[in-house]
Amino acid sequence: MATDATPHAPSRPTSDAPARTAARPAPQPAELGLGRLYLRRFVRNRPAVAGVVIFLLLVLFSAFGGRFTSYAYTDADFTALTRPPGAAHWFGTNQGGDDIYACAVHGLQRSLVIAVSVSVLTIVVAALVGAGAAYAGGRVERATLALVHFLLIVPSFLVLALVSHRLAGDWRVLIVVLTVFGWMPTARVIWSVSTSLRERDYVTAARFMGVGPLRIVLRHIIPNLGSLLIVNLTLGVVTTVLSETALSFLGFGVQTPDVSLGTMLADGAGTVTSAPWLFAFPAGLVVLLTVSMTLIGDGLRDALDPTSVTGSAGGRR
Amino acid sequence: MTLATPAPVPAATGAPAPVLSVRDLRISFPSEAGPVEAVRGVGFDLLPGRTLCIVGESGSGKSATATGIMGLLPPSADVGGQVLLEGRNLIGLDDRELSRVRGRSIGMVFQDPLSALTPIFSVGRQLSDALRVHQDLTRRAAWEQAVELLDLVGIPDPRGRAAAFPHEFSGGMRQRVVIALAIANRPSVLVADEPTTALDVTVQAQILDVLRRAQRETGAGLVLITHDLGVVAGHADDVAVMYAGRFVEHAGVEELFRRPTMPYTARLLAAVPTVDGGERRPLVPIGGEPPSLVGLPAGCPFASRCAVALDACRADEPGLREVGGHGRVACLRAGEIADGTLDPAGGAAPADDRVPAARAAAGEVVLRVEDLVKTFPVTKGAVLKRRIGTLHAVNGVGFELRAGETLGLVGESGSGKTTTLMEILRMRRPEGGRIEIAGTDVATLAPGARARALRQDVQIVMQDPLGALDPRMPVSQLLAEPLRAAGRDRASIRARVRELLALVGLDDTAGARFPAALSGGQRQRVGIARALATEPRLLALDEPLSALDVSVQAGVINLLARLKSELGLAYLVVAHDLAVIRYVCDRIAVMYLGHIVETGETEAIFADPRHPYTRALLSAVPVPDPARERARERIVLEGEQPGAARLPDGCVFADRCPLYRRADDTVRQRCRTRRPEPALVPGRPGHQYACHAV
Repeated sequence: MATDATPHAPSRPTSDAPARTAARPAPQPAELGLGRLYLRRFVRNRPAVAGVVIFLLLVLFSAFGGRFTSYAYTDADFTALTRPPGAAHWFGTNQGGDDIYACAVHGLQRSLVIAVSVSVLTIVVAALVGAGAAYAGGRVERATLALVHFLLIVPSFLVLALVSHRLAGDWRVLIVVLTVFGWMPTARVIWSVSTSLRERDYVTAARFMGVGPLRIVLRHIIPNLGSLLIVNLTLGVVTTVLSETALSFLGFGVQTPDVSLGTMLADGAGTVTSAPWLFAFPAGLVVLLTVSMTLIGDGLRDALDPTSVTGSAGGRR
Repeated sequence: MTLATPAPVPAATGAPAPVLSVRDLRISFPSEAGPVEAVRGVGFDLLPGRTLCIVGESGSGKSATATGIMGLLPPSADVGGQVLLEGRNLIGLDDRELSRVRGRSIGMVFQDPLSALTPIFSVGRQLSDALRVHQDLTRRAAWEQAVELLDLVGIPDPRGRAAAFPHEFSGGMRQRVVIALAIANRPSVLVADEPTTALDVTVQAQILDVLRRAQRETGAGLVLITHDLGVVAGHADDVAVMYAGRFVEHAGVEELFRRPTMPYTARLLAAVPTVDGGERRPLVPIGGEPPSLVGLPAGCPFASRCAVALDACRADEPGLREVGGHGRVACLRAGEIADGTLDPAGGAAPADDRVPAARAAAGEVVLRVEDLVKTFPVTKGAVLKRRIGTLHAVNGVGFELRAGETLGLVGESGSGKTTTLMEILRMRRPEGGRIEIAGTDVATLAPGARARALRQDVQIVMQDPLGALDPRMPVSQLLAEPLRAAGRDRASIRARVRELLALVGLDDTAGARFPAALSGGQRQRVGIARALATEPRLLALDEPLSALDVSVQAGVINLLARLKSELGLAYLVVAHDLAVIRYVCDRIAVMYLGHIVETGETEAIFADPRHPYTRALLSAVPVPDPARERARERIVLEGEQPGAARLPDGCVFADRCPLYRRADDTVRQRCRTRRPEPALVPGRPGHQYACHAV
């Protein structure tokens, strides 16, 4: 349609051709890949980038930090009991002569593994239950909601404490227990968002195409909850770290000889005045971990939310 | 109340000074890809009592212009230029200063009357508040004025209704209230942004009349923003056509329609479907899509779609120039077009995508619906819901659809047309009556292989192409989905997807893109391709064109016609737009309150409508030709379609029927007591109508 239909048009200069191809709608802004668009919006948020850097450093520290010391977290150095940080023991030692640096590396690793797996499992369970209930509707939906609401009013922390105590502090058990008692609030949120998604035209269209219910939930509802899930995932890490440390602090979580940040905090709390390093290093790591995840979560929320001001501020020039 | 401020713009001898002058208005919004230049240098003068229509497609910047004039743009928008209201520049005023101007000197009528009114105050209260903000009035005096205003805009029993809340009004009545609000302080300028787009066509005619009356009463200048060229033809004094953020043609309404001079205007007019005129002329789609407003290339933004573009068009963007007797046009070849030596369509072949209109011999019956009934319970109370009535959404609807045929269900919102469609697609035993798809009664259908096969036979194309496509899936996945549901293997799916893309005129690269990266027309093509994936025999189209722009619509209409004849499909089309229906359908069934009131061949119904409702519906559609639009006699229906909760015993249309009012007592008696049975029009097989009074 854009070709010259006029016979008396002047001969076209050769430089014209590239200009016209550029004018075609091919390089439209919307074509900017969704992933790259989100990345760009995320990177614009400085604190979020700082969060990512801190988190990555923590992961590296927990994975490779043990190589820089000759002590393992189980080794007791009986020549150095309750020593402040120094050349031999970078973070000092505790009453039993354990190297705090080695303990911190291991405790962080333990806490991270628990936190990440619990929050992933929680999200998976919550998404399936919440979105499934919303799509199914009717009796299934009402029954699921009743269960969720019942579990929400049960004092889960106490139940958790009792159950995990009886199961004697294996960290894998802890993951299961934390997930079982942690998915309900997220499931409730996901359900309420999904109830609006199930009314969308594309869900109706899929139903009329003969697509099965499970497939509709997995392909059409859950992916469109993407931003909600990602944000909840990061913030779930924060919550899990805190509840795991809280449980361990109370003696219900990870049990000796295993070490997590929570047990370290519990050990250090008694001697905060006499040997502050026992408390300070694990506390610092917990703070860094939770702060970094919170920053990442906030950044993701802004990047994925099309109406956010922070995310789009850079578009103005 | 109109303030006689001396205007700095020197008035021409004897001519009144403009009440609103816009000079080089520029608006841009920030976005990821760079600033979106929504408005790029718009300027006009509005004289008191005159109507300027700004017409354009979505994304052309017309609404941004309106909100820019009102100073209602979001703070992130970058605004330049001047908006001179009675000589005072509104750009750069802060919100408090603007608040003193808005509502008093300039009033606005919004598109959606429900969200334009606060739900928690009575309309009388809202009107008197609007009055008391700008005038020193007692509560009582303001209330009296509010009642007068409601009377002016044609609200029956204004004194009683003033105490009612917005949700107690129907859509058309609400829009009247919004107009009353806009003119409350007798502003010198009214801005109406698509004031009738959310309303039914018979109500649209009433509202436009009210708007005109309000304008006459206040002597205000009116800026009417619309996408409907029929509305323009009926109501404008001057017309400005917007494209890519600029005026491309600005002329008197007579001149513009007599000889559209900008190629875009000409092509747009050729692409509009119309209801009148002896025969339907083929629609000529413009081709291509409106440009993106981010980083516009140099040159005329229409050049890539223009049939008569020169090389010079692509080098520099032409400004608006005066063309003798045609107003101002932004086109290098305006002179040639104006004196008739150049055809702006460039001889673009109308036979582009078009197939002969001749109807294929009707095949076997694909769909048979008999006496379909669907009701919804009307409940009240939030905690303990009690049933207080029954909504008769569909009541005894029956029709037959054969392969290779298109049936249109036409009616206003609430007529039950979409409910009928959904009942068919649900494939369950209906509440009453029978649905038979390809010879199988759906009531007897047990879930299983037979049901799945039948499911593949019936597919749907939805109204909003963006909403119907999962935003997280690329096009190829979207097209593969129905095939996967049908259990095809991977290799055949891939081949079929490529085939489908070609079938609807999309290239292979589209398969990798997400719906958000496609234009409206392309998205609807994907929606159609997806519906065709399983080779259905019946395609249900729910308002398939209403979300598309005129210039794109024509292309999709032609595509549908081609597919039907190539694949021998049967279409069941639901639409409220009669003009579009005319170009798509072989037969029409007109619905009112859940009943089919008239059915027959499309051309027969357009040429000789029998039922008074069909006649009114046809006459309410504005025609894009000022001479005919203003001269023709219109049947303006009173009131609006009532709710279907309490149906009368007799004819459901009697309350609004113009014939009923003129009929004698025996006929009236029959209209009141007996539902009319469909009667055949002699000599025309298939043309039936249900009326006692004709």
